[in-house]
Amino acid sequence: MKQKLIQNMGFFMLFLSIAATLIFLGLIIYFISIRGLKVISWEFLTEPPRMAMTQGGIAPAILGSFYLTLGAIIFALPLGLACAIYLCEYSPKGFIVNLIRISINNLAGVPSVVFGLFGLAVFVKFFHFGVSILSGSLTLGILILPLIISSSQEALMAVPQSIREASLSLGANKWETIKNIVLPTALPGILTGIILGIGRVAGETAPILFTAAAFYKLGFPKSIFSEVMALPYHIYALMTEGTHPVQQTSIAYGCSLILLFMVLLISGIAIVIRNRQKGMHGQ
Amino acid sequence: MDNKIEIKAQNVDFFYGKTQALKNINIDIYKNLVTAIIGPSGCGKSTFIRILNRMDELVPNTKITGKILFNGWDIINPSIYAVEIRKRIGMVFQKPNPFPKSIFDNISYGLKVNGIKDSSFIEAKVEEALKRGALWDEVKNRLGESALKLSGGQQQRLCIARCLAVESEVILFDEPCASLDPISTAKIEELILELKKDYTIVIVTHNMQQAARVSDYTAFFLLGELIEFGKTQDIFTKPQDSKTEAYVTGRFG
Amino acid sequence: MERHLDQELADLKKELLKMGTLVEIAIFESVEALKDLSLERANKVINEDKIIDELENFIDERCLDLLALRQPMAIDLRFITMTMKISTDLERIADLAVDIAQRVLALTGKPLLKPLIDIPKLANLAKQMSKDALDAFVNKDAELAGSVILRDTEADRLRNLVQEELVEDYISRDPSTASRAVPLLLIARHLERICDHATNIAEDVIYMVKADVVKHHPEKLK
Repeated sequence: MKQKLIQNMGFFMLFLSIAATLIFLGLIIYFISIRGLKVISWEFLTEPPRMAMTQGGIAPAILGSFYLTLGAIIFALPLGLACAIYLCEYSPKGFIVNLIRISINNLAGVPSVVFGLFGLAVFVKFFHFGVSILSGSLTLGILILPLIISSSQEALMAVPQSIREASLSLGANKWETIKNIVLPTALPGILTGIILGIGRVAGETAPILFTAAAFYKLGFPKSIFSEVMALPYHIYALMTEGTHPVQQTSIAYGCSLILLFMVLLISGIAIVIRNRQKGMHGQ
Repeated sequence: MDNKIEIKAQNVDFFYGKTQALKNINIDIYKNLVTAIIGPSGCGKSTFIRILNRMDELVPNTKITGKILFNGWDIINPSIYAVEIRKRIGMVFQKPNPFPKSIFDNISYGLKVNGIKDSSFIEAKVEEALKRGALWDEVKNRLGESALKLSGGQQQRLCIARCLAVESEVILFDEPCASLDPISTAKIEELILELKKDYTIVIVTHNMQQAARVSDYTAFFLLGELIEFGKTQDIFTKPQDSKTEAYVTGRFG
Repeated sequence: MERHLDQELADLKKELLKMGTLVEIAIFESVEALKDLSLERANKVINEDKIIDELENFIDERCLDLLALRQPMAIDLRFITMTMKISTDLERIADLAVDIAQRVLALTGKPLLKPLIDIPKLANLAKQMSKDALDAFVNKDAELAGSVILRDTEADRLRNLVQEELVEDYISRDPSTASRAVPLLLIARHLERICDHATNIAEDVIYMVKADVVKHHPEKLK
């Protein structure tokens, strides 16, 4: 009897935790929606801002965030995946690999504002890319590089050794095995890493502070060398330096809503892709 | 009857780091016959069979000396490309390991990595391999389905068909029925007896009755040494070495 | 490692030895019956044959069970299959003892044709060869078994001697002696057949112990 009581109490605690988490999520969505929904309109989504950010829309910021995220992934994914493949499949196991892994984890621990300064020094100034989408993407790319490497590595390691052996025993060499068997099988895990990366990048403010972001751009970015507006930065800027707090607060909440929606949408798409991959592989 | 020797191992020693796992192995594998390797756990039989298609390379820190002659090559010689050896000597593993792909893609994989592109040729080969692997009737209408949906016994026959598609000359079986039920086991044993007409087969098994049922020659390994090698009926009715006799009568192992 | 099978094999061996002992007794009794021309002894041999037949059936079935259920190999396999064959030979020997007893029944009530000299020798040979073959089985003694096989020629010789004597010295000279001579002739035949079966048992013992087939290959023993 006592056993059952304890078990039930335990389940109840767990249930409370889930409930609390869901409640927080619900509250976030609720509060942001309440304050932000009223500014959402077609104009809001497609027009650039006018009149000192009190009218018009935030389309450049949406586009800017999108470009920065895309750029970061374009940079981080091939590089991160290649690193993961090397670490997992080619390097001799042991001390070197562990050292590299620790270093990568350390990189992940660097505060994002430090990345921002790094980006400023290296990409903006040293390479003369200036404050631009390019600098921002590169900085954000480095930010999520450890994440991509770790999750890709985990995905690769989760591929059972038995099917690598099967491939080799049929006369495939190591690279053919990786290309045809290991990577397709690890794809769901790698996609997970990308999802996490996107989620991270879309919401980062500090790294783009000095490398990409501009407050007020009249139009849309012209090239990768342009400065760009970005949603997280826009929210920050509106709330701290905005000239018309009343309207701009609502706009800030509207931005938050869009940002939230964007991230959830991308995550959702990636999850669907992942599940379809898993289904095909029969896992 | 003169048996042609397909693989000849001479004075093979094998080390995992400092531990010697195989000691002075000398054995002839005959063409188009089934050779079984039996022995208690840890006797080196799996180690030996994995050397034959260079799968031992996957383990770091190993050393091997001696010669294994096959087809005019010395398999052990590192200058011979392992991929070439594995195209001629295939392996079926203890646990079925189909790729997480369709049945068709599984069978055609070996052909694709060998550079064969002609799709009608590949289709014909896949059908032939599945027929020879005694699986065609069960899967012919669902070649596009995931191979992982098949039962354990079917998956193992798929793995066998995968080897057959590559047209190797030798097929190595490393305890192929260890994870299968008796009916699937019986089907695979029948398949092996059929296959030996066209292939040379080496099978490692911890099941003595299986060795007795399917093999023509049997080798008994113990603690890394080859204790006795001979015709299967002799090993099981009148073994020469007392250790062999103790093992086959179940006095240890 | 002690195996369950070891106990079962030991039990099987005991049964075969039990049969062997009964068979040895049957030979002995049948020969004594001849010496004494004893009706009683002869009938006893004839009646007790049933027990030996039953034992043969039991042993055969037991062997078959062990083959099916235990998948014996090597020496165990040879032991079981040879036990089956030896039990057959023992049963034949017992039947021959019965035949001797029946010849004795035909001779009772009449005086012996001649003093028995060679027949007792042959009888002793038969008894000894049977006993030695069984001992060789018990002790896994291939040499003893070999010696049994070599003695078979002596058995043939003695039988031929008796045959010659009875045919030439008695039946052909005086056909009326036939009713007393023929049973003796047959007894000699039966005894020689007992020796043949003892030889079979010895050959089976050698196969069991050494996995050497000496059956039908007498040259291997020389």
